Amino acid sequence: MCASVKYGSRGPALIPRMKTKHRIYYITLFSVVLLGLIATGMFQFWPHSIESSAEWSLDRRSVHDAPLVRIPMSSPIPERGDLSCRMHTCFDVYRCGYNPKNKIKVYIYPLQRFVDEVGVPISSTGLSREYNDLLSAISDSDFYTDDVTRACLFIPSTDVLNQNSLRIRETAQALAMLPRWDKGMNHLLFNMLPGGPPDYNTALDVPRDRALLAGGGFSTWTYRQGYDVSIPVYSPLSAEVDLPETQPGPRRYFILSSQTAIHREYRVELERLKEENGEALLLLDKCSNLSQGLASVRKRCYKGQVYDYPQILQESSFCVVLRGARLGQATLSDVLQAGCVPVIMADSYILPFSEVLDWKRASVVIPEEKLPEMYTILKSIPHRQVEEMQRQARWFWEAYFSSMKAIGMTTLQIINDRIYPYAARTYEEWNNPSVVKWSSVNSPLFLPLIPPRSPGFTAVVLTYDRIESLFRVITEISKVPSLAKLLVVWNNQNKSPPEAIDGLSLDQTHMVERSECINKFASVFGTMPLKVVEHRADPVLYKDDFPEKLKSFPNIGSL
Amino acid sequence: MQAKKRYLISLLTGAFLVLLFYFGRVVPGPAATGSRSRHGYNRPEQPWPHFSDPLQHLSPWDHSDTEDYNVHISPRQKRDVNSSVYKGKRCRMQSCFDFSLCQRNGFKVYVYPQQKGEKISESYQNILSTIEGSRFYTSDPGQACLFVLSLDTLDRDQLSPQYVHNLKTKVQSLPLWNNGRNHLIFNLYSGTWPDYTEDLGFDIGQAMLAKASISTENFRPNFDVSIPLFSKDHPRTGGDRGYLKYNTIPPFRKYMLVFKGKRYLTGIGSDTRNALYHVHNAEDVVLLTTCKHGKDWQKHKDARCDKDNAEYEKYDYREMLHNSTFCLVPRGRRLGSFRFLEALQAACVPVMLSNGWELPFSEVIDWNTAAVIGDERLLLQIPSTVRSIHQDKILALRQQTQLLWEAYFSSVEKIVLTTLEIIQDRVLQQTSRSNLMWNSHPGGLFTLPHYSSYLGDFPFFYAELGIKPNPKFTAVIHAVTPLVSQSQPILKLLVSVARSQYCAQIIVLWNCDKPLPAKHRWPATSVPIIVIEGENKVMSSRFQPYDSIISDAVLSLDEDTVLSTTEVDFAFTVWQSFPERIVGYPARSHFWDNNKERWGYTSKWTNDYSMVLTGAAIYHRYYHFLYSHFLPSSLKSMVDQLANCEDILMNFLVSAVTKLPPIKVTQKKQYKETMMGQSSRASRWADPDHFAQRQTCMNKFASWFGGMPLVHSQMRLDPVLFKDQVSILRKKYREIERL
Repeated sequence: MCASVKYGSRGPALIPRMKTKHRIYYITLFSVVLLGLIATGMFQFWPHSIESSAEWSLDRRSVHDAPLVRIPMSSPIPERGDLSCRMHTCFDVYRCGYNPKNKIKVYIYPLQRFVDEVGVPISSTGLSREYNDLLSAISDSDFYTDDVTRACLFIPSTDVLNQNSLRIRETAQALAMLPRWDKGMNHLLFNMLPGGPPDYNTALDVPRDRALLAGGGFSTWTYRQGYDVSIPVYSPLSAEVDLPETQPGPRRYFILSSQTAIHREYRVELERLKEENGEALLLLDKCSNLSQGLASVRKRCYKGQVYDYPQILQESSFCVVLRGARLGQATLSDVLQAGCVPVIMADSYILPFSEVLDWKRASVVIPEEKLPEMYTILKSIPHRQVEEMQRQARWFWEAYFSSMKAIGMTTLQIINDRIYPYAARTYEEWNNPSVVKWSSVNSPLFLPLIPPRSPGFTAVVLTYDRIESLFRVITEISKVPSLAKLLVVWNNQNKSPPEAIDGLSLDQTHMVERSECINKFASVFGTMPLKVVEHRADPVLYKDDFPEKLKSFPNIGSL
Repeated sequence: MQAKKRYLISLLTGAFLVLLFYFGRVVPGPAATGSRSRHGYNRPEQPWPHFSDPLQHLSPWDHSDTEDYNVHISPRQKRDVNSSVYKGKRCRMQSCFDFSLCQRNGFKVYVYPQQKGEKISESYQNILSTIEGSRFYTSDPGQACLFVLSLDTLDRDQLSPQYVHNLKTKVQSLPLWNNGRNHLIFNLYSGTWPDYTEDLGFDIGQAMLAKASISTENFRPNFDVSIPLFSKDHPRTGGDRGYLKYNTIPPFRKYMLVFKGKRYLTGIGSDTRNALYHVHNAEDVVLLTTCKHGKDWQKHKDARCDKDNAEYEKYDYREMLHNSTFCLVPRGRRLGSFRFLEALQAACVPVMLSNGWELPFSEVIDWNTAAVIGDERLLLQIPSTVRSIHQDKILALRQQTQLLWEAYFSSVEKIVLTTLEIIQDRVLQQTSRSNLMWNSHPGGLFTLPHYSSYLGDFPFFYAELGIKPNPKFTAVIHAVTPLVSQSQPILKLLVSVARSQYCAQIIVLWNCDKPLPAKHRWPATSVPIIVIEGENKVMSSRFQPYDSIISDAVLSLDEDTVLSTTEVDFAFTVWQSFPERIVGYPARSHFWDNNKERWGYTSKWTNDYSMVLTGAAIYHRYYHFLYSHFLPSSLKSMVDQLANCEDILMNFLVSAVTKLPPIKVTQKKQYKETMMGQSSRASRWADPDHFAQRQTCMNKFASWFGGMPLVHSQMRLDPVLFKDQVSILRKKYREIERL
């Protein structure tokens, strides 16, 4: 490139001095070179665009192009999930290896369409939009690897997010047919809606050997602490509706209940609360006059009055999230998005990402049987804390609930933290919203220690030219008993030391320079880190009317 | 012309060459990238494709399973079913604990009376006496929420001399046993050679376990409590402080990683220790094992034993412990080992090699901040792992070991109280501690959640939350003499305090036997004066957490204190920088009296101090709450009976929490002991008994705290230009200098 530019630039400079004929030659020559350059440029970019457009057209693939796999009737079924599984018993850590980045590698199986022997698919919906989003987010992330031999974690492309759309036995067989299944070792399944009628198990019913489960709606009896990951139930409204962040503070309603399918028993209790406390509570239900479908999802009613959902959530300080048939509720996500503090009433529920998130700072958990006392319990929470919880709730949503990508990345990060615990994200990183992160001060020396005098201190003397005062300082300082070491930083290599200049600090340019320094530093820090205080530390008896010789530091007052 | 043609031709050739060069580079281009992607090193060959077809949502919009579910079962029934199904190994608080017992009287713990003839080990005796001395204790089983056996269950190793026989029948015959419901069983050792099961050898029913060396498989989350293994010499109260006296930067010590211990050669838990020699390098990674274990170790002896034993003798364990950055804590026969607490105290960051051990108090402690959790399977990676940890992280880990050691592990009392507090947090869900309270200074035992669930209401978390304390204070004046004349010092004090720009209100605590004076007798001030009649008129009432105290700061005053507005203002600005400490004027000191072998108290002018008396001091209102709710009634009633020492007790408390001395600020010269008592108080201060009482108090308090929490300081905080040779007009707090 460089060479051709040189030719080109030399051309025009020569032109005026030459005859027309030669000029034509040169112009031809120049244009040839120019054409050549353009051609090269084209070729440089063409193959790329050809390649990417090919990729793109490949990407415009349909789910129906995925290879069809027939599951033989007798295909083996994995064992039910082993409740005693833990990372050190059911997870093969050797696959993850030691790497300086402390990052696990995740492989996603290519999409296959599984059908049984008679050709009926194993799932009524096939790949859902949410699972597709999740897998593409993972494949775009740093965790992804396409090299199955280097992978530490395997994610099947079979969508098991909603158990209701699955044929349990066939799904299990399909999982066992995966080439690297190996008793489910290091496999991760995502499931948001576990269990089915009539009793709704709290974990995916599909037998899955030792596979890890990222499940929405675990109870304490199905959750394998330190092995499974509890994830939220994604609310499709998150992508649909844009709720702007509101300032934390008191809101129009104190408690809002917006769920449509609350059990009769609970609804009766909520209504009793409403009678007792009146306007502070708003109890919404489904709108009976609206047709089914999307429209009804976005509306809630109270005595004929219609409210927009989820916007109405922003009008309340606390929002009720009661268990339904399942423990995990998509409402939780909507509530957090609205910056409303969730009041979670679902006994034995393992809150989403509870391994890393401090839910105490963003929610109120009340046992189901204490529903009648809800109002009193919530009233006893200090205002400032409610505000902080509102902020925290919104932050949890933004960081961990807002999209399938966020949910997937958080899950992988949690597993990553278990495998490389010494490089795990800290409590502060997980839980502090950026407002707090910027304003808080975490001293690297946080332990309240009063060091003994014995090791003493090191004096560092910065010097520039002034030999005399330097010697004076050295002589004085070396008298101090607790001085361990004296370090002189000689800051002038070129100049031989001149005569002492007195009162450098009175020099006007010096002060101006120092002010400039301060401004410069403050702009680099983005803020002024220095704090002004009005006090100064002195020895206890400083300048007190007391015999000098009995003072520990008699000289300080007299200098 | 010719020359020009030649010139031209050469130029043209040059141009073509350039062109060719580019084509040449371009043509093999795609092939090269193609081959690269085929091998899949840089670009993923087959990332997840972007499907173009309209995909369905995971569940239909208007779908709700709940409705048909609702018809079938009522949630109340469902709860009952759960609590009857999940028993034994599947016990949880919801299914095996009766919350209703705790609702009436709060979280109270009953200890069964000790039966004659039952031998109880020293450790278990310590546990029981800690509970009996704690504020949770009740002697009435009818009030209790939690029951603790007086039968020693600590050592359930059948081969051990401490093993208690026939425990099964003894437990079953207890009248209140109720199949173990709401019972807490402490255990340190379970199982025996060769398989070391975690079975206690008797049916624990629905009882909770507070157990050492518990494995994650047997641990019932949020029901059991994992406690550390502690030796019988572990102090009952107080306990030694951590060994870290000062931070060194860079934080590296002589050794990187050390271990010294027994090797079992065969059987359960022996693999890891047997393999340690692979990692040992005799330089900065020193992992030593000895085969000398039991009487017949020679029988199992392997080829390495003699070499290992020789190497083992060369190093001193304590020397290694104190001079190593990391300490290996591999499992023994059981999962937990003494090494863990030893390393923690020595500020040697524990490197855990004990797969499946539910770490002590894992429910509340975030162990990643104080230890490196290794994996036995990856032993050979351990050296490179610990070497990869950045200095900053090491510094933080090391400090956290000390924080946790002093907060939860240094004495049996702390271990037991932490266990009880964890259970209390579960019982009183609404008022429980957040993760931050447990894992940062000063720790969960000093952070009482029923004071407030908001972190910003405590003095400890301002920096963490990035907020500042409330910029006002409430003055609390302790009045004990009747109001007779208009020249009484209390009236002067009221006026000068009220004039402070930071004063929000003044509370006069009327602890005088005479009735309250009429309202108009109080001077007119710009801030409200609230007069509260003291409850029982006892000393401790001055530290009651009155609801009317609205500000974070409390300025505590005696009625005869002489303070100017400037002094009040200055003290408050200093307090804002040190909200967790006592900031004030009258300083006192303690010392160890070698002759009498007890603590001494002095009010002499000395070069240091360790107390700032609450006659004129500012501190956080949370300490009122701690004083009333944390301290045992024995100490508080002692103070009330003597009508003395309340200020000393407050200083003990705050220093025990902060581990730091109070802060003395400058004051006018005239303020001396003699000045303090003008009228009534004179009798109190002049009384020779008064002084002797204070000595006694000191020793009594120190014994309850299990050590001397007070810390000396040689620092006084003065206004910046204090007594400097500059014009008085330039000084903000000039009043302080004037007198």
